[in-house]
Amino acid sequence: MSGTSEDRHPFVSDYAGTGGIDESDQSTHITETTLAEMRELAARYPQPRSALVPMLHLVQSVDGRVSPAGVRACADIVGLTPAQVLGVATFYSMFKRRPAGVHHIGVCTTALCAVMGGDLILDHVCHKLGVDEGETTPDGQFSVEAVECNAACDYAPVMMVDWEFMDNMTPEKADKILDDLAADRPVNADRGAVITSWRNSERVLAGFSDGRADEGPPAGEASVIGLRVAKWHGWQAPMPKGGAAK
Amino acid sequence: MSEPSVEATDLVTLTIDGTDVSVPKGEMVIRAAEQLGVAVPRFCDHPLLDPVAACRACLVDVLDAGNGRPMKPQPACALEVAPGMKIATAASSQVARDMQSGILEFLLINHPLDCPMCDKAGECPLQNQAVSHGPLESRYDGAKRRFPKSLPLSALVLLDRERCVLCQRCTRFSEQISGDPLLALVERGAKSQIGAGPGCAYDSYFSGNVVQICPVGALTSADYRFQARPVDLASTPTTCENCAAGCALRTDARHYAVKRRLAAPDPSVNDDWNCDKGRFAFRSGHLDDRLTTPLIRRGTRLEPASWPEALDAAAQGLMKARRSVGVLPGGRLTHENALAYSRFARAVVGNNNIDFRARAISEEETTFLTWLATRKNPDWVDYRALDAAKQVVLVCLEPEDECPMIFLRLRKAWRRRGLPVTTIAAYASRGSHKMGARLRATRPGTEASVLRGMADAGQLDAGTIVLLGERAALAPGLLSEVARLADDAGLRFAWVPRRAGEMGALQAGCLPGLLPAGHSVADDKAKIELAAMWHMPIPDSPGLDTQAMLEAAAAGSLSALLVGGVEPADLRDPALAHRAFGKAYTISLEQRVSEVTQLADVVFPVALLEEQEGTFVNWTAEARSVGLVNPQAVAPMPDVRVLSALARAMGKQVAMRNMRNPAQARAIYAELDVRRGIPAPRPSVRPGPADVPRLVLDKDVIEVTLAGWRQLLDGSRCLDGADALVATAPAPVMRLSAVTAAKVGLSAGAVATLSAGDSTWTGPVEITSMVDDVVWIPLRSVSECGRLDAQPGDRVRLGAGGAA
Amino acid sequence: MTDTLTPILTETWDLPQSWRLATYRNHGGYTGLRRALAMRPGAVIDEVKASGLRGRGGAGFPTGLKWSFIPQDNPNPKYVVVNGDESEPGTCKDIPLLMACPHAVVEGAIIACYAVGAHRAFLYVRGEVVHVIRRVRAAVDEAYKAGLLGKDILGSGFSCDITVHVGAGAYICGEETALLDSLEGRRGQPRLRPPFPAVAGLYACPTVVNNVESLASVPSILKNGAAWYTSMGTEKSPGATIYSVSGHVVTPGQFEAPLGITFRTLLELAGGVRTGHQLKFFTPGGSSTPILTAEHLDVPLDYESVAAAGSMLGTKAMQVFDDTVSVVRTTLRWVQFYQHESCGKCTPCREGSYWLVQLLKRLEAGQGQEGDIEKILDICHQVGGRSFCTLADGFVACVTSAIEHFRPEFEAGYHTPAWELLPYERSAKFTVAVPEPAPVIAPAIVEVAPAPAPEPAKPRRLGRRRGKGDAA
Repeated sequence: MSGTSEDRHPFVSDYAGTGGIDESDQSTHITETTLAEMRELAARYPQPRSALVPMLHLVQSVDGRVSPAGVRACADIVGLTPAQVLGVATFYSMFKRRPAGVHHIGVCTTALCAVMGGDLILDHVCHKLGVDEGETTPDGQFSVEAVECNAACDYAPVMMVDWEFMDNMTPEKADKILDDLAADRPVNADRGAVITSWRNSERVLAGFSDGRADEGPPAGEASVIGLRVAKWHGWQAPMPKGGAAK
Repeated sequence: MSEPSVEATDLVTLTIDGTDVSVPKGEMVIRAAEQLGVAVPRFCDHPLLDPVAACRACLVDVLDAGNGRPMKPQPACALEVAPGMKIATAASSQVARDMQSGILEFLLINHPLDCPMCDKAGECPLQNQAVSHGPLESRYDGAKRRFPKSLPLSALVLLDRERCVLCQRCTRFSEQISGDPLLALVERGAKSQIGAGPGCAYDSYFSGNVVQICPVGALTSADYRFQARPVDLASTPTTCENCAAGCALRTDARHYAVKRRLAAPDPSVNDDWNCDKGRFAFRSGHLDDRLTTPLIRRGTRLEPASWPEALDAAAQGLMKARRSVGVLPGGRLTHENALAYSRFARAVVGNNNIDFRARAISEEETTFLTWLATRKNPDWVDYRALDAAKQVVLVCLEPEDECPMIFLRLRKAWRRRGLPVTTIAAYASRGSHKMGARLRATRPGTEASVLRGMADAGQLDAGTIVLLGERAALAPGLLSEVARLADDAGLRFAWVPRRAGEMGALQAGCLPGLLPAGHSVADDKAKIELAAMWHMPIPDSPGLDTQAMLEAAAAGSLSALLVGGVEPADLRDPALAHRAFGKAYTISLEQRVSEVTQLADVVFPVALLEEQEGTFVNWTAEARSVGLVNPQAVAPMPDVRVLSALARAMGKQVAMRNMRNPAQARAIYAELDVRRGIPAPRPSVRPGPADVPRLVLDKDVIEVTLAGWRQLLDGSRCLDGADALVATAPAPVMRLSAVTAAKVGLSAGAVATLSAGDSTWTGPVEITSMVDDVVWIPLRSVSECGRLDAQPGDRVRLGAGGAA
Repeated sequence: MTDTLTPILTETWDLPQSWRLATYRNHGGYTGLRRALAMRPGAVIDEVKASGLRGRGGAGFPTGLKWSFIPQDNPNPKYVVVNGDESEPGTCKDIPLLMACPHAVVEGAIIACYAVGAHRAFLYVRGEVVHVIRRVRAAVDEAYKAGLLGKDILGSGFSCDITVHVGAGAYICGEETALLDSLEGRRGQPRLRPPFPAVAGLYACPTVVNNVESLASVPSILKNGAAWYTSMGTEKSPGATIYSVSGHVVTPGQFEAPLGITFRTLLELAGGVRTGHQLKFFTPGGSSTPILTAEHLDVPLDYESVAAAGSMLGTKAMQVFDDTVSVVRTTLRWVQFYQHESCGKCTPCREGSYWLVQLLKRLEAGQGQEGDIEKILDICHQVGGRSFCTLADGFVACVTSAIEHFRPEFEAGYHTPAWELLPYERSAKFTVAVPEPAPVIAPAIVEVAPAPAPEPAKPRRLGRRRGKGDAA
């Protein structure tokens, strides 16, 4: 695989297959517990419809994607038609139509990260896993996706694993992460918790804590570089007149 | 009711392209431009939908926002007028011209070159506006968005996503106007498209409207596609015949064959909308069973005959019967045809045996309608009154099914200003939810006491309007209560029949105690005046109603029946009707082979609605014109013409003088003084005791009260031929409460059977929040579930499983 | 004179467990809230107005003024919504702030609620950052347990609830009305204004939407006073803010400084452009702001001065690109971002971006046609100021400024692929060696091909399809 690489950002104009979720697969793992949790989410808001996005995250944590049963359950609980729920589920990039892998690998390829090596890393990861961008490995372990700017530009190029930050990426670092994950060795996010799974992340996003908030550093090096420089120079914010209030 | 005049202080004056225009405060600039006749291109804007400013085609140059300062270009559809505003459109500003050209260019870059095969071509706002405001040539040489073509959203509506300009008129109509958000925008960005939910079709009663308002050919009608070009079509304004709303329609015919019907704009009745039944159910007269010649029964067979032969045979039959004749015109006739039957009964036959009600009736209703028709100063309720009402109470009326324009109107008022609607019904239907209606859960048959309770509690005040449907006849005491409240307490109400011809037939006097133009049969003075005009004495005593006529005919004491459009399946006792038509000498005026023609002695083929002109009187008592669509029909014989010829054949042409066609009939009616006589008394039936079903313990069978109504898309023959429409009809279900279901061990989706006598109705169960021991089924549904010989309010038996 | 850098928000980011309530409190946390609760709500608004704090989400609208728009005579409940949907390319300050010091935002939100008469705030955080959400939720939980949220906060009689709400991946949801729609459980499409959110926002109730950093700045203003805040920065752009420097600098990161610092200074503090390279261009405020070049090094980075220089301060997201970078490549990639993120509601943005991507792609591939650049500029002219919201103005700014400053490079696209002019691997942060085949760790059913014969060393071409003219 030397020499050339594919265009990972081809211009697509054929939209066959868009507009819906995969209805050929009606399977679901939604249970009464899931429905009860959905109702709990709905109760957290003045209007239940606000819970729709968190509820869809919960559906993903259970079914690995936005499933037809999930759409119907959301529609029932929130009081919408399936079309309206579909409209929301297909608007947001995080909602998957096909089952995501155990781990979701998101390589940022927005201009800055791309230029800093993100394109190369995406290419590398795709080749390593043997799939194209947007696909899941046949064994269901990894999905790869080009993602947009994830607000970590000072750590470019950035890769998200199950929506946890992997900063200052290189192809070698990507290799290590993927090899460790494939071998079930623990992998820690650079600014986050230990990597668990994409479904676990989806559950946390839905609104159910996994108790890991205290894992990881306060911030990465880049985040505190200004603070360090200031301290080195002895720079600080001015004192308020009369001293700081206590 | 006239428009409230707009005071000068409510108007705002602005300048568009150098010309001043004054419009009401709160209006958008695009409406002001229309008033001036200035063309501003638009796609997403529609006067009846909330603006979204999505297409950006209506961008105008704002030279002065009214505060002395210009603004960056604004969409005219979302820019509120301000005093002193100065606007420049493409007519006077190159900047505006370039903007609009730019937007049109953008819309065209992904638009497929489908015009040669697109339904919309020739009447397409995109074509028109591209030519008037767009670029002369395309600079686009990239790839166009591709979607698989023609996605069926339902059996009626097809979507072509390549053509869609994402104006969102369809989604907004569905969400705002009809309350069926079964279509939504899905995906994002360039992939944006219209979609329906997974596994859900766009089965809204109003789905055809989105085809009409789509500004391109993205939404097309499966019923009409590829059949004609606009240039081929001749348009005729007319009024819909499928219910009593009185919607204005535009019928488009190609070579005199009706290809489609569009809603015509009429803010006083239907705004810009109609329902799918009105739009698509017009094919029933064009099937193979159309009657083309008169028929005479010889032995057991009906044989074709010439008109003179048939008229002679019928005349002989009627003369032999002398006065022992009953007239059943049916509820679907134009006013002119109904008047012809009314006159025929009184002047030719010489009795008052006439009743337009081809459905379950009651004596109380007969008295009520006679009182209603003869009432002085009846203060008819119209759509505008509904707009302004403080409260609307529905009793025995499901607007979405039985009069869709009332539904749209009430929903609009609820959305705009929170109009409170209360429905006295067995359960809150989907239509009720969409109007925000509060349910007064009521066992059918006991509506009278519920209404009385509301009146006693002071809930029916001066701003309240009560709307009653045809099922009010089946609730003992209800019509009496309404009449009493109207007379004594000034209650405003309206009686809303389900059929287009019933109000006109009422005005034509097609009831046993009622003469035309609102005069009672008991009113001697009225009889004398009418006799003078019609040159024949008017019979004295009230005649037989529908039920009495059929019973008498079946028993042999009524010798002949003159029947218009009547279906025995609509009547309370179809078997009785069959016996009646079989026994009596039956003359049938029909368009198609029917159960009645199969039993008749003489059959006359009458003209289809499109082959005549006339009038329908809608539920607001407004006369609405029916246009002649097919002037090429060979010798069309509307009912009035047949009856006139029949009178002549009987030697009684004087009795039907000057009444040989609809125009003459209309002129005859115009000569009558309306409602100048003595009002008939109102009914005074007391509601019976609340009839609680008795539990019958017999192998898990219990007694329940039947509830039901005719859904919009039901088994009525008027839907024949409109296959795509029928495919969108809701699947029949049996509704009952969880408590009721538990009594016979039923769960959701299980099959259950209702029985009354030997008749049964079997269908799947849907657990619904509703009154216990009441079971609701759709009456005369599309699918074959059986036919229950019972009316709402009757006691029937419920058991699990299929029919025994 | 204030110091060059003034750590306020970032002050605690290097402390262990900086995100915990105890750490925050030890450094003066929730003092601002105490002060606010002892004042009249109107006085709190006045203080924030007097501080001159301007919205840090890009628009720079005065925060106190925004709070004062909430009508106090409106019978509907009022809401405060925190915009944590940081997605503007180059912007990376809110996410680390929420991760390191979420309590600053919580405190600011409570103060905002108190000031405008709201009793409910929503913290909308983008979904793609799960650990940030853990930290934010944990902070809210801690605040409840400590009586800083819920009923009768600190005995003041004022009650306030915060709900943490998560997005699902849509840049457009950073636009305040689209955010409100998203928070209501709808597609994130911007709304028509009027009505304005201050009058009819969330659930058609009066709503204030503030950026994370704006609200995080409020506690210190209440604690130290408006005069303290205006002692930093410039007259029209007072205070301090977090500047994010990323890209081809030696030590990228967050630099908290008074407004008015120059890019030259920031660049120096970030270690300068990486060794052996020159600055080619940079964005002052994220990709939606016109790019600037070396001639703008001394422009003070405040709202007025940057606007005068022909760009916008925006989110103070300095993306630095050196001489190895193809402007055509970055412009294309940004426009692809906007096209992907366009909500699709309005014609010019949806169709304009669709068209521009194709034109830029062929310029990148060296297959541009004569007149393409004029066409691109004309499309931008038709899009700019014509769309429903300012997402489209973002890509217009990006494209027009790129062509303005680097037109010859675009013109080269008529005949030469961008990756030949400026080989892509040279801009990567890491060195790109001649690649070896990477081991495939997917399923056993895929046979591992035998290693191909070694080819002569050739730089890898990144991110594009095989085009004509390839030698391989």
